[in-house]
Amino acid sequence: MSEEQDKDKELLGKQKDDSVKAESSTAEKAEAAASQALDPEKGSSASVPGQPDQQEAKAAGDERILPESGEAHEQSVVSEQPAANPEREAKLKAAAEARAARAELKVSAATPSQQQSDAPAEEGSSPAVNPEREAKMKAAAEARAARAAAKAAAEGGEPAAAPGDAVGSDPEREAKQKAAAEARAARAAAKAASEAAEAPAEPKPPSPKQPQLDETVELVRSLISEQAVEEAYINELNDHMPIIVVGRDHWQATANLLRTHDRLQYGYLRNVSGIDFETHMEVVYHLVSIETKRELAVKLRADREAPSVPSATPVWATANWNEREIYDLLGVDFPGHPDMRRIMMPDEWVGHPLRKDYEPLDPEV
Amino acid sequence: MIRTEELLLNVGPQHPSTHGVFRIIVKLDGEVIKEAIPVMGYLHRGTEKLAENLNYTQIIPYTDRMDYVSAMTSNYVLCHAVETLMGLEIPERADFMRLIVMELQRVASHLVWWGTYLLDIGAMSPFLYAFRDREIIIDLFNELCGARLTYNYMRVGGVKWDAPEGWIDKVREFIPYMETKLVEYDNLVSGNEIFLARIKNVGQYDAQTAIDYGLSGANLRCTGVDWDLRKVKPYSLYNRFEFDVPLGKRGDCFDRYLIRLEEIRQSLRILKQAVEQFPSSGDTMGKVPRVIRPPAGEVYVSIESPRGEIGCHIVSKGKAEPYRLKFRRPSFVNLQILPKLLVGETMTNLITILGGIDIVVGEVDC
Repeated sequence: MSEEQDKDKELLGKQKDDSVKAESSTAEKAEAAASQALDPEKGSSASVPGQPDQQEAKAAGDERILPESGEAHEQSVVSEQPAANPEREAKLKAAAEARAARAELKVSAATPSQQQSDAPAEEGSSPAVNPEREAKMKAAAEARAARAAAKAAAEGGEPAAAPGDAVGSDPEREAKQKAAAEARAARAAAKAASEAAEAPAEPKPPSPKQPQLDETVELVRSLISEQAVEEAYINELNDHMPIIVVGRDHWQATANLLRTHDRLQYGYLRNVSGIDFETHMEVVYHLVSIETKRELAVKLRADREAPSVPSATPVWATANWNEREIYDLLGVDFPGHPDMRRIMMPDEWVGHPLRKDYEPLDPEV
Repeated sequence: MIRTEELLLNVGPQHPSTHGVFRIIVKLDGEVIKEAIPVMGYLHRGTEKLAENLNYTQIIPYTDRMDYVSAMTSNYVLCHAVETLMGLEIPERADFMRLIVMELQRVASHLVWWGTYLLDIGAMSPFLYAFRDREIIIDLFNELCGARLTYNYMRVGGVKWDAPEGWIDKVREFIPYMETKLVEYDNLVSGNEIFLARIKNVGQYDAQTAIDYGLSGANLRCTGVDWDLRKVKPYSLYNRFEFDVPLGKRGDCFDRYLIRLEEIRQSLRILKQAVEQFPSSGDTMGKVPRVIRPPAGEVYVSIESPRGEIGCHIVSKGKAEPYRLKFRRPSFVNLQILPKLLVGETMTNLITILGGIDIVVGEVDC
């Protein structure tokens, strides 16, 4: 929770100077309200949804013989049923929460869409900020609805297994229906809000580096293989860096082409990075052309179990130590490398420290 | 009959001329090197692994310890990468402060190189002069941020401390002082016959080799390749100032020497303009969120450190900590050419060539 609030504050701080201040801050409020609405539920069921409630319920159930548990007297209908009392309590709580959440979501759904219609769409940053926020809200609302449904189901399941089930069915069903209705409402509201936000977003102007990327891709595809380039895109965050993802089977031929072709001339390999994405390994070659000053990043993907990427050392001599470092720290093999051994860690070291699942062999190290 | 055999010699890891804990295994035939195998990792601290569990502000002190002779540029590259990822604007005054400390740092770093390089070659007194003058810069930094080597001065969005009263004036006074000292340096060393005999035409390579090996900084420019990131892809405020990029022709140790001395002059030139244009007021920190959490994505930025291209590759998953942080360290990349250069050279030239590359082992091993 606190993390989310932090994020809110951050965003708030960042946009202080924006001309879209009004808009963003309203959306801010809406989100804050929405997240506050989620608060009681999240607070009570921190990481394991529903568990603390069940504990509470159990505790209350144990105390049921004691006269001071006030609700037992009120609910005369279910008083014979041992589980009914805490169960009902939990349900009432859930219903109250759901009501609160619905109210807040309505507010939050209404404000941004209103705001959206007022705000001019020419600001480049405002459409970018909003969909993200709306998506977040939507996700939060859905998660909440799912949790409510799960809770209702869990609560509904327990007494059904219990012996005297003629009793608690009525409020139980009611709660279930209510929860489902809440979920529907929440989803609809979030959807409406996100649609309202997405509507004014205009298609982005093409990147200034797009022709360069297209040319590179076309050359590689026509001269090497149609399958050589698996993916090509522009990393706008990074000053529009063109990125191509090259298939491993075509990498050495592609590397040669990138270096030697007259229209490419990527003769300078400035950096090689290895990244453990947990699903796969990635090796990134950052290239630049001294002649044209154009930049290009080439990515290669390898599966994580026995990662292997053909070496680029025969093409760029500087890849040598860089690839050794990646082998050493991430365990990616580079077939074709002239001197594949560890570079930073001692030769007898076990494991590759930069892998996300790395466990030191010696616990004292 | 004289029986000859190959001699295997360990230079380092503890050897003064390696400037840290760096080791070269050399196979010698008489005094001639047949093969040289660099061994590194003695100073490997796993900075990149540690960074994955730290937030971005906490990583800044670790960058100080990478290139501890030029901590300001290491500071800058990390902050610059995060700022690029987040699209942050830096206040002008903060940018000026950054540029001034980076250029002072370049002067200080080249002075350390100049002094220790001559010390390696056998000249004792230049070292003392260089460190005397570097001390003035160190004192300036000390006044600014309370540290002499590991400054931890920059932050994402600006700098931690504004210049104290009169600090800019001290920088202004330092510039003419250093210029006169540079003339002295030249008179003392640059024309010395023994010195020239030691470094001229030693460790030569051509432009294509330099590019193949990914060399940067003076190691690349000594071959005549005009490649200075301050000009090629201006960052900070470098496009506002006039300065030249000194280039060599021969690609030997003497050219690298001349380039580094000239770079001190050019840095002073930039400093002179920066001090004149320094804004009289303004913030030193931009509008930065309390918790720095860049959006998901990746970024690679690089700048010109005194040793060459220092780069920072961040892969972010939208958390306060980087998912993966990789530094492109110029010392590490530049050192790769060493085994190639050493073959056929004598042992005395090993020291000359290694020194000429200008490595900092903290950065080689990271």
